[in-house]
Amino acid sequence: MERRAAFAQSGLPSRKLESWRYTDLRPLAALDPIAAPAIVDTTALAADLPALSGPRLVFVNGRRAPALSVAPPSDIIAAGGFVADPARFAALPLAVLNAQFAQEGAEIVVPDRFDAGRLTLVHLTQAEDTTPVFTHLRHRIALGAGATLTLVEYAAGHGVYWHNPVIEITLAPGARLRHIRIQAETQESFHTATLFVDLLAGARYEAFTLGLGARLARSETHARLGGTGAHAALSGAQLLRGNQHGDITSVVAHDAPGCTSRQTVKNVLAGRARGVFQGRIEVARAAQKTDGYQMSQALLLSPEAEIDCKPELEIFADDVKCSHGATIGALDPEQLFYLRARGIPEAAARAMLVRAFLDEAIEGVADGAARALLESAIGGWWEGA
Amino acid sequence: MLEIRGLTAEIDGKPILNGIDLVVPTGEVHAIMGPNGSGKSTLSYVLAGRDGYQVTGGEVRLDGVDLLALAPEERASAGLFLAFQYPVELPGVGNANFLRTALNATRRARGESELDAVQFLKLARAALRDLAMADDMLKRNVNVGFSGGEKKRNEVLQMAILKPKFAILDETDSGLDIDALKIVANGVNALRRPEFSALVITHYQRLLDYIVPDRVHVLAGGRILRSGGPELARALEESGYAGLGLEALGESVS
Ligand SMILES: Nc1ncnc2c1ncn2[C@@H]1O[C@H](COP(=O)(O)OP(=O)(O)O)[C@@H](O)[C@H]1O
Ligand SMILES: [Mg+2]
Repeated sequence: MERRAAFAQSGLPSRKLESWRYTDLRPLAALDPIAAPAIVDTTALAADLPALSGPRLVFVNGRRAPALSVAPPSDIIAAGGFVADPARFAALPLAVLNAQFAQEGAEIVVPDRFDAGRLTLVHLTQAEDTTPVFTHLRHRIALGAGATLTLVEYAAGHGVYWHNPVIEITLAPGARLRHIRIQAETQESFHTATLFVDLLAGARYEAFTLGLGARLARSETHARLGGTGAHAALSGAQLLRGNQHGDITSVVAHDAPGCTSRQTVKNVLAGRARGVFQGRIEVARAAQKTDGYQMSQALLLSPEAEIDCKPELEIFADDVKCSHGATIGALDPEQLFYLRARGIPEAAARAMLVRAFLDEAIEGVADGAARALLESAIGGWWEGA
Repeated sequence: MLEIRGLTAEIDGKPILNGIDLVVPTGEVHAIMGPNGSGKSTLSYVLAGRDGYQVTGGEVRLDGVDLLALAPEERASAGLFLAFQYPVELPGVGNANFLRTALNATRRARGESELDAVQFLKLARAALRDLAMADDMLKRNVNVGFSGGEKKRNEVLQMAILKPKFAILDETDSGLDIDALKIVANGVNALRRPEFSALVITHYQRLLDYIVPDRVHVLAGGRILRSGGPELARALEESGYAGLGLEALGESVS
């Protein structure tokens, strides 16, 4: 009871906040969820795990699920303890809520120059009856100098719930993190994820985020390029239908000279779905020779689908190359006819063209198994159509 | 056998086809010639089932099947193939994936088994070799960055792989040099057999030196104005449409 009261008081961000203008969390407030209870026997959830071999850290209802996990190499510490630091996130109400409620999370620390291969991080949330539940996980991922890791993050669940994870990532000089995220929550759920990525000199962060699930989703990334020559790529795609609302928000702060950032976001919107893209590139005075690029493209598959795009550049350095753009379009009838004239049924032809639209954003995903998982998630999207 | 009877069609209320009667018996290759704007591409699009055309009368049957009642993909699996005058670019769609998807969709519709990647590649490589095309053609995105000639050859490659029973080639020869033209013609001739027929739309007699048609039809103003043997194409080449008393029918071919 105490937790529920706290939730109500804490105040979810309202649309009066500039960064929440396009995403209305009142349906989430109305949900009035309770803290997700522990699931005693998690083995029945094995069927929900993504088909990826190798080490896997699984969390069920915000708690570690050792029965479903596969231990990573012992060099990588994967413990649960962390200290929440709400001060850092004061301006971000969802991160504040997370700090208030989160009790667990993964702590992944890759030592200097260690190639940690691929690690999968799974969040499953299960509402056992009709009472909506919430989970707040707080993960910390730190790569030492020159270390590399491919992290595949996967979120799914059952029933009505709110999943509000926060992930803090720090990349030491020359470290490289490839981060593939698949959000496949239930169609009744809410998913709001906040990522903080700090990059030091020469570090590389290469993310691809796929959003398919949730009634309302927001993926918010704050990347700070704090060392010379760092590189951040924040690609993503969201495929939405029905009444789904999906919001991809990012702030890329160029704080050091000679850094590059790339962002290509693809929105595929069917039914009455609504997509939001907010992208902001901030270039500090010291960040000379910044090279920033950002593109949001939307493919509207129905006349009722909508997209709101808000690209922003804030530049205080004088020698920079920054560009951004947004496009909105429909499937090209000429292309559709060409495929159909070759015997490809209309539904398959549409799927091919949508997949082609996503190609540019996906092609950077290097890990073959992760890519196959993405392909099958995208392929499966059509089955719900 | 393709039977077109009394076919009339409009675009946005503007009549383009004004009563086409044309029969191509099984095993024959017919040519259609005609001035620009006479309705040749419109006819091929109407046969293939493209949106935006209103068929206001007449009928089209392929071996007795009412083509106009079918979706474009059903026409394709019924054995119809259109080599586009302007092949469409598909960024993000690999040519191999495109060809295999098309072939397997067609095979499935015909009740044949699908080909796996290895079987397909073998078949595609053989077809490429026959058309003097490089293997890397399969890796490129469909028609993206292709030269005009490569696009036309890619159409013929698709035809060679899908093996239609009725092919329409809409100015597949336009913009080709003589070597490319021979390759295209060989591609069509390789398909010639008693159960294959084709409608070859062209501006030039030149192509018909290599694909010798059984009949030649002159289309003008959305109607077939004259039909004859291969000599009709030569007469057109020599004297133009005016020489045939067709001067009132729009711009000439030259
Ligand atoms: N999409 C269109 N909208 C309006 N008119 C068209 C369209 N396509 C073709 N036409 C007209 O239809 C006539 C026939 O065109 P087309 O079939 O392309 O001729 P051809 O292939 O013989 O050169 C022309 O007058 C052309 O302007
Ligand atoms: Mg034409």
